[in-house]
Amino acid sequence: MKLSSKDLLGIKELTKDEITLILNTASGFKDVLKRDIKKVPALRGKTAVNIFFEPSTRTRTSFELAEKRLSLDVLNLSVTTSSVVKGESLIDTALNVQALGADFMVIRHSSSGAPHLISKHIDATVINGGDGINEHPTQALLDAFTIKEKTGRIEGLKIAIVGDILHSRVAKSNIYLLTKFGAEVRLIGPPTLVPKEIEGLGVRIFNDMDSGLDAVNAVMVLRIQVERQGKGFFPSTLEYSKNWGLTSERLSMADKDVIVMHPGPMNRGLEVASDVADGPRSVILEQVTNGLAVRMAVMYLLAGVRE
Amino acid sequence: MNILIKNSHIIDPSQGIDGIGDVVVENGKIIELRVKSSESGVKDNSKLETRNSKLKIIDATGRYVFPGLIDMHTHLREPGYEYKETIKTGTMAAVKGGFTTVCSMPNTNPVNDNSSVTDFIIRKAIQEGACTVYPIGAITKGQRGEELAEMGIMYSEGCVAFSDDGKPVMSSLIMRRALEYSRTFNVPIISHCEDIGLSEGGVMNEGLLSLTLGLKGIPSEAEEIIISRDISLAKLAKGRLHIAHVSTEGSVRIIRDAKKRGINVTAETCPHYFSITEKAVEGYNANAKVNPPLRTDKDVNAIKQGLKDGTIDVIATDHAPHHRDEKLKEFDQSPSGISGLESALSLSLNLVHEGVLTMQQLVEKMAVNPAGILHLNKGALKIGSEADIVIVDANKEFKVEADRFISKGKNTPFEGWILKGMPVMTICKGKVYE
Repeated sequence: MKLSSKDLLGIKELTKDEITLILNTASGFKDVLKRDIKKVPALRGKTAVNIFFEPSTRTRTSFELAEKRLSLDVLNLSVTTSSVVKGESLIDTALNVQALGADFMVIRHSSSGAPHLISKHIDATVINGGDGINEHPTQALLDAFTIKEKTGRIEGLKIAIVGDILHSRVAKSNIYLLTKFGAEVRLIGPPTLVPKEIEGLGVRIFNDMDSGLDAVNAVMVLRIQVERQGKGFFPSTLEYSKNWGLTSERLSMADKDVIVMHPGPMNRGLEVASDVADGPRSVILEQVTNGLAVRMAVMYLLAGVRE
Repeated sequence: MNILIKNSHIIDPSQGIDGIGDVVVENGKIIELRVKSSESGVKDNSKLETRNSKLKIIDATGRYVFPGLIDMHTHLREPGYEYKETIKTGTMAAVKGGFTTVCSMPNTNPVNDNSSVTDFIIRKAIQEGACTVYPIGAITKGQRGEELAEMGIMYSEGCVAFSDDGKPVMSSLIMRRALEYSRTFNVPIISHCEDIGLSEGGVMNEGLLSLTLGLKGIPSEAEEIIISRDISLAKLAKGRLHIAHVSTEGSVRIIRDAKKRGINVTAETCPHYFSITEKAVEGYNANAKVNPPLRTDKDVNAIKQGLKDGTIDVIATDHAPHHRDEKLKEFDQSPSGISGLESALSLSLNLVHEGVLTMQQLVEKMAVNPAGILHLNKGALKIGSEADIVIVDANKEFKVEADRFISKGKNTPFEGWILKGMPVMTICKGKVYE
């Protein structure tokens, strides 16, 4: 089986079978990453360019390392050093990178749909590394990989996503993925950050942590951006953490084998208490490791689409 | 040139005309209008034809003749944004679309908030324009919503209405003053109704689709709140309020109620608000980005109902041409607007084909009512009036192809649509455009 599109723009566009293929392929790469020599020659001679129009450390490093593990030549373009500040259009930037011979472009952009726009104008493979408040597909894939690895399945699980759903591309991609696989997805947070319309995606909304966390098998805690305070989304970080911060006390409402996830970077003491983040139920650092394997799998499979 | 339009179906609701007949134009004026109710047309033109060797005879059998259409909401972009559109290209596009009069919105650069800009537009239109242009002046200086612009001087110079289109007047006090002050000249204040606090950062209709596209939404309430406010202010100020580009079900309901209560309010909508929904945005199609945003099926139906029952008086284009490069930006960075002049009549004829409007009502919405609201001596085929006429083939199919637009703005969400009915000839002050 092959993926059907040369690009990975979002989870929305993937079928369940395609996601399963990516996750299974990632398993193989995870084994590779456990070896002494972690590099495979799979994509030797090909070039990946990571174009980050928005600051990012973890996603960019994860992609970069995944690319290096696949023997790709890697170039990193960040917004501060690019010609975007000189007024170049997004499409022109992408066309220039393609003219340099890029086979892959990983795009991180603050505008939703930016990778989609690029993909319409270039032939190289486009991977969405997070666009605006739309999607962050590789994050959802690595989350799914982690859940499957820890619990053996996704179907039938109760999974809570806590926090700023409205502005979270991570939440969106996870909602698409987890509902495709038949998980019960619960969104928990203040109504200002959890829009009612999102129930149309087949999820349940809880404004209260204790009822939302009841018997869940996994909790994904989202990063709260401190800037949202003062914009009317919540009165203060203190009030937010009192109501929606994940503490070990609240976690006791969940299933005893619950796993705690966070896409990072964490605000300790705000959305998640340190004892939870560092505690026995946390799989936060494993998510980071799995991210490498998943991103390797994605690039490997996308390269295969062209063959 | 003298013109005889033969055997057409003449519709002029302002004079109660709806029948087969002939129109005779001499020296740019309509000099004769002969209507028979039967299909056979008028019997004998031989005398006229022999008398006048320079006569251009147009056989319009099977076609309609309307008063030239009037667009009371056009962005001609000049001065300042000539790369998007000019008075010349915009009026040529208008004529192609069947319009003989357009009213240009003031958000140019500089803003049309003083008589020298008004004067520039009028002179330029006389020199280069294909059709008549009436400028709309800004309500406030620089469209900043703070101080009234010199409405009186702009009115004497030729402005026919005032609007801060694109930028709502957020101060209720300034809006009240504008509605009061403009009574001096008996001209309407055209309100772009949007609560910019509520719509902040929004780029499309708010709902499940905006969530799944990751685009910030503009709720219907952002429009409805200001419509309600302005209706209250119009009542308080006893002014003349015209609501621009109505897009929501709630807005139609609010305006309908206001009219029932006898408040002096009129309203317009645009073809895109009764032809397509927010779904057009899918795939981040910036050509479907417009403000107010495209809404949902229930809004489309309510707009049609509002047109049918007279709540909405006017179909205007809100022709908003943009450069291709601007519409190729990221969706949220791309400017709002649709290039509408060359598809408006065809899209509106759809309403007649669907049975929403009669042909007479269509002509009312696109010619008679705009003339009435703006006090223009137009929108009618009156003997002795300037010959502003459009000949329409209501059944001829027309494929929307932006590359063939005369407008510099190729930004249409209707690309590739096959529409039934189109203008086949426009006559502006006796000048024929085929």
